[in-house]
Amino acid sequence: MDHILGRKIGMTQVFLENGSVVPVTVIQAGPCFVTAVRTPAKDGYEAVQVAFEQTNKRITKPKAGYLKKRNLSNLRFLREFRSSAEGAEVGQAITVEIFAKGDFVDVCGTTKGKGFQGGVKRHGFAGGPKTHGQSDRLRAPGSIGSGTTPGRVFKGTRMAGHMGHVRHTTLNLQVVGVDTENNVLLVKGAVPGADQGLVTVRKAIKKRLAK
Amino acid sequence: MSNVLELVRTSQLKTGLPEINPGDTVRVHVRIVEGSKERVQVFEGTVIRTRKSGVDQSVTVRRLSGQIGVERTFLVNSPRIDKFDVVRRGDVRRAALYYLRKRTGKSARIKEKRTPQLASKA
Repeated sequence: MDHILGRKIGMTQVFLENGSVVPVTVIQAGPCFVTAVRTPAKDGYEAVQVAFEQTNKRITKPKAGYLKKRNLSNLRFLREFRSSAEGAEVGQAITVEIFAKGDFVDVCGTTKGKGFQGGVKRHGFAGGPKTHGQSDRLRAPGSIGSGTTPGRVFKGTRMAGHMGHVRHTTLNLQVVGVDTENNVLLVKGAVPGADQGLVTVRKAIKKRLAK
Repeated sequence: MSNVLELVRTSQLKTGLPEINPGDTVRVHVRIVEGSKERVQVFEGTVIRTRKSGVDQSVTVRRLSGQIGVERTFLVNSPRIDKFDVVRRGDVRRAALYYLRKRTGKSARIKEKRTPQLASKA
């Protein structure tokens, strides 16, 4: 139960007690409700399935039935997280209380779509020279391979293409504030995705405690 | 939903701040932490710029320290700022008084704003 679902609300800045200013992302997270508990004995792996966000919109009948069976109202998202299922019970609420100020968290989200982008923006290519008689080379990708041998362009060669709108995780963001009343998390720094986007906040897997 | 964002922002705003405008002379009381001790330092000077409103509101204050101009930008809502005292209201026609940087002495003077309220105070 190290995960919680939420929505990215936007960014602002806050003052710490010592007066320094910290840029923060405001995330409205939870409450999520446990809908299923997976155990090694029964399912072969350990995970917690949770549902998030009350909705007035119609949800599919199978989903509505699935939630009704667990005495839950209409919730929009169903997600399963591989984490310790210890103490998890169906119907139990997961709130922002699982995090404390100073904790480190990882935030997953879907990045903003950038559309079809060239190599310079998409892969950080340097582009060509601006001067010395160059034309049409400013943002060109350069060479994409050798000549007769191998006589083809290797698969996976970095080129222009669709950028963004992929799942991305930002690691080790510090929790600056937890507001249990409003189910709000303040996380230091930027978080993937647009405002109002769905994000997953989990305890940092590579870093445990704040110093 | 964005009212949550507003909540985070407004919860940090200070109340009872005086109105500060470019051209005003202000005394800024800054809390300074030295080791374990904390003291208040006063920085007095002319406001040459104010920026934004809300959490990131700031004022830039310029003073002459000897012959050397010193400018400090203060975040108005910072807990490190004890208080602002407006010493004198200035009458200026610009939002940012960068021209003061090139001037000293007589040419760097700012007219005082004459309002009935302030006149009674002074």
